[in-house]
Amino acid sequence: MSDPRVDHIPPEATPFRTWHLAFRSRNLVIGSVLTLVFVAAALISFVWTPYDISKLAISEKMQVPSWSHWMGTDHFGRDILSMIMVGARTSIAVAVVAVGIGMLFGVPLGLWAAARRGSMLDEVIMRANDLVFAFPSLLIAIMITATFGPSAVNAIIAIGIFNIPVFARLTRSGALSLWQRDFILAARVSGKSSARISFEHILPNVTNLLIVQGTIQFSLGILAEAGLSYVGLGAQPPVPSWGRMLADSQTMISIAPHMAIFPGLAILLTVLGLNLMGDGLRDIFDPKLRRSRA
Amino acid sequence: MLRYTLKRLVSLAVSLAVASVVIFLAIEVLPGDPAAYMLGVNAQEDTLAALREQLGLNMSGWERYSSWILGLLQGDFGTSYTYRTPVADMIAERVKVSLPLAVYALVLSTVIAFPAGIYAASRRGRPGDVAIMGVTQLGVAIPNFWFAMLMVLVFSINLRWFSAGGFPGWDAGVLACLKALTLPAIALALPQASILARVMRSSLLDTLSEDFVRTARAKGLTRAQALRRHALRNALIPVLTIIGLQFSFLLAGAIIIENVFFLPGLGRLIFQSISSRDLVVVESVVMLLVFAVVVVNFAVEIAYALVDPRLRAGR
Repeated sequence: MSDPRVDHIPPEATPFRTWHLAFRSRNLVIGSVLTLVFVAAALISFVWTPYDISKLAISEKMQVPSWSHWMGTDHFGRDILSMIMVGARTSIAVAVVAVGIGMLFGVPLGLWAAARRGSMLDEVIMRANDLVFAFPSLLIAIMITATFGPSAVNAIIAIGIFNIPVFARLTRSGALSLWQRDFILAARVSGKSSARISFEHILPNVTNLLIVQGTIQFSLGILAEAGLSYVGLGAQPPVPSWGRMLADSQTMISIAPHMAIFPGLAILLTVLGLNLMGDGLRDIFDPKLRRSRA
Repeated sequence: MLRYTLKRLVSLAVSLAVASVVIFLAIEVLPGDPAAYMLGVNAQEDTLAALREQLGLNMSGWERYSSWILGLLQGDFGTSYTYRTPVADMIAERVKVSLPLAVYALVLSTVIAFPAGIYAASRRGRPGDVAIMGVTQLGVAIPNFWFAMLMVLVFSINLRWFSAGGFPGWDAGVLACLKALTLPAIALALPQASILARVMRSSLLDTLSEDFVRTARAKGLTRAQALRRHALRNALIPVLTIIGLQFSFLLAGAIIIENVFFLPGLGRLIFQSISSRDLVVVESVVMLLVFAVVVVNFAVEIAYALVDPRLRAGR
């Protein structure tokens, strides 16, 4: 009972076995590879892209994919592959910060509500969460842009606010069942305050839940950012973003469909990769599911 | 049940009240002078003052809030700064597009998801199940506005089966309108159908492992019969909840899809109003959407509690 984590790890799970399972899970492998490809593309774009996307070459506009431009060029003659690599930065940055905001505020709120379960405070926190849920994230984004103007930062805040109740609810429900456990009772008997118990014993035990939900919110964040940029409420020119590449391509879709196809595929594959990775992680973290699969 | 309903009603009222304050603060008190925007940079100070007086902009925040709320309660949504027409009329005109679109998409998503989910559950682990689950993975991951653009490329530009956008208006006949709403509804329905099919499948699988299904099998029903007669009805409860919640996602998701297809719905109204800083319109439409979401969620909770008495006892 000295290590609280012992409580939820089934006896057969050794680090070796976990890695073994991880490689056997097709979802996790495919998902991680897809995700890594896009993270790598974003990182590489800081030091190198096939072409300089700040240079316009009108003479080479709207070329179809070829050996020199693998994904063709856009209406300004910019290389689409390079644009997608740089756009990956925007998507990933927005989604990471938005998930971070959600966790930073949501997790402590959820822990606090669970520590005071049944009290007025719990009720107020959960009702406030319901209220945020009543505003679809797009509406929050629209209100923020209506007052502060469109920008990537405002898109982050809008998506992030919506993530707070997601993590608060998840943390609270995970924590509630933990509070009934013997090792928590032991910690209380030894005189620890409920705040200390929350951070030292409850939090480590809900981390798995948070990681799985984190990947899902990450993928939703990428979709949301793309949607906001598409309608012009996200990242502003000249910052490249996948959503705006799609918006630019719309009027030219009949003459240059490749301009619409590749950025869309980038979004689809990234989101798919994150979702598969989340599913795979959940299978590994959830011993109940694991036993039923074995 | 009455006690539960009353409790929910109180929390519904509180949610709406808080939401109205948040919307009002976010949109009215923060920067941007609509009068200056409407009259342009060369406006004279006295003209500006007169317009502000006319729009009620020089009342205190509290006065403006209370007159906005009192108006809303009486169905008066204010007057558009830009068009000088009652916002209620503008909204009524747009709802005629947005609401049918959301309902159309909801129907499509249900019609696709039910058979798909049931089929997948009944063939668990076999190729049919794997294929359906694969397709739903894609359906959840695809950005629906991109899917919409691809459909326009294929069905409007290449095959010329549908127009690429626009809305003929209900005077042009129901069929013409449904045709104009078909591609947008499919685009909206795709991710929702995928989610719903997955929920349907997992809920059915949960139910199929219950004792009463085993009893049904033991008395001689085939797996398919047990599924149809006993499991299905029980598995529907979580599915119906999701359908209720999806309605609000459809209303909000329509904001982007309406822009892809140039549909004159609430979503385009919001965007046009933001770009012309017609704040009264933005604030009333957002409030209306939040109202719709909160009320639908309330209805779902009550319906859920009617079927499942355990919920009434409190969480």
